Amino acid sequence: MNLLIGSVSMGFLLSLLTLGVFITYRIMGRLDLTTDGSFGLGAAVAAALLTAGVHPLVATVAAAAAGWLAGAATGLIYVIVGIDVLLGGILVTTGLYTAQLYIMGGGNHSLVGARTLPGIAEDLWHALRLPDTVVLGATAVPAALFSAFLVFAVFVLFSVWVLARFLRTDLGLALRAAGGNAQAARALGLDTGLMETLGLVLANGLVALAGALFAQYQGFANVTMGAGMIVTALACVVVGEGLLGRRTLRRQIAGTLIGTIAFRLLVAAAVAAGLPGDALKLATALFVLVALATPTVLARVRRRLERQEATT
Amino acid sequence: MTVPTLANAGARAGDEATLVLEDVHHTYFSGTPNEQRALQGVDLAMEERAFVVVVGNNGSGKSTLLNTIAGSVIPDRGRILIGGQDVTAWREWRRAALVGRVFQNPMSGTIPHLTIAENLAVAAKRGSRPGVLRNALGRERRRELAERARDLGLGLEDRLDTPVGALSGGQRQALTLLMATLVRPTVLLLDEHTSALDPVSTEQVVRLTERLIRSEGLTTLMVTHSIQQAVTLGDRVLIMHRGRIAENIGGARKRQLRVEELLDTFERLRNADLVDESAAEMVRRLYI
Repeated sequence: MNLLIGSVSMGFLLSLLTLGVFITYRIMGRLDLTTDGSFGLGAAVAAALLTAGVHPLVATVAAAAAGWLAGAATGLIYVIVGIDVLLGGILVTTGLYTAQLYIMGGGNHSLVGARTLPGIAEDLWHALRLPDTVVLGATAVPAALFSAFLVFAVFVLFSVWVLARFLRTDLGLALRAAGGNAQAARALGLDTGLMETLGLVLANGLVALAGALFAQYQGFANVTMGAGMIVTALACVVVGEGLLGRRTLRRQIAGTLIGTIAFRLLVAAAVAAGLPGDALKLATALFVLVALATPTVLARVRRRLERQEATT
Repeated sequence: MTVPTLANAGARAGDEATLVLEDVHHTYFSGTPNEQRALQGVDLAMEERAFVVVVGNNGSGKSTLLNTIAGSVIPDRGRILIGGQDVTAWREWRRAALVGRVFQNPMSGTIPHLTIAENLAVAAKRGSRPGVLRNALGRERRRELAERARDLGLGLEDRLDTPVGALSGGQRQALTLLMATLVRPTVLLLDEHTSALDPVSTEQVVRLTERLIRSEGLTTLMVTHSIQQAVTLGDRVLIMHRGRIAENIGGARKRQLRVEELLDTFERLRNADLVDESAAEMVRRLYI
């Protein structure tokens, strides 16, 4: 049960990462590799500020703001210099590696002893004189774990709700229009370069926020923790779409949350079944490859079968 | 009444004209072996509510003409004024405040995975700053948009939450037309907007086009491949040839214009070309 709660908590906080990648990959139609850099950046900024004694809420929001800057950098490289988002993202992520080392003063940054969001939640829990353990099913979940889960859930649900509402405003709609058909969007008076940049800013803010929460969850930040995060996020997007479909925006947004939690459970199950931790990235990459290839391969097989039927 | 359209006659456009092109030149791939002179000095003045049809062979420059007005091509030389404003240096999205546009490809003018209502909501904001945190599809807004969709007579008002990608080519062109005119454009540009449609849809979209232009009193520039449309639609026909306006048929002559006569004019232009070619050949033989 504790493993389950842990996986679900992780799923909740990483769903912000998935949501960020959903914005760039599905809404803007771009593969934004800034993701890896801004996840680590968010973690680094949050960790540095937390050890400096800044309030966890302020530190977390500052981390998100750092993500906005990273996204803006990639966006402006694309709009002003005309370098493709794919390459721009790689350049920014490469540069951010150095930025993270400077911000954290090294490759690792422990949060032991620092006040973090889960720490605050636990204090609040005890201040309210709630029981030390919560009994779920047959196991007793310690208050620390359960309160951490609650604070992440509240934080994430609020962010998802704000974003879902934003995408239905005039500006949100303009963003989706620019991502859906740039030619039509320009003909309808939308500055598509600005919209692309806005999409990248928004997405990387969410990714950095996820990084900040993740660092607080695991109790440290690490310069390599962002590596390959875009692939993990794509896997979650794919799982979410598999579970809820792509019919409406609401389903897709809910899908990022459900998909991330489902993916974390899948990972936990795989590890419990004996998958070595070192093989996790390879397994994730293969999973994304298979998931993205399956529809194409199925369509090809179906066409071939139809052709055979037509000739016989 | 329309002000006479000036065809390659120097810029003497009246200030009151809604759309003015002055000596517009554009060359693609300039300075390379693929150099292509698309526009070689186009002058044009259209009065408010004029409906001008442009025909011409492939490569005559008619699409480039439309693109320079829309802002997707910035001309090498010349000036473009819309509604009295010099828009020559304006980027495409900025010009869209004045220009409504329907493309040849039905996929081009709408956003496929947004719903009909969402597409209309984006179009309703053309030319104005988006209200940042305002719900794009409030109840009031939705009702207004449904009302406008009903005018099309295609039943789209009952399918407001359908993604546009699910519509047929004809329905999408009709919707694009509505979107281009939802906010009254100073100039409406139609770029062979029926050439990708089947005959029935073509008929439907042509009728809708005429009705919208008449009822809203729109200033319209329409490029077409169809000689039939050039004869029956609009109050002036321009024939583009080698980057210039070669023929300008308006007034009584346009009203009496028949398909045969227009085809004859095309033939004459082509023959003139052959003379040029053979003359060039002769010169080459003499000097090389």
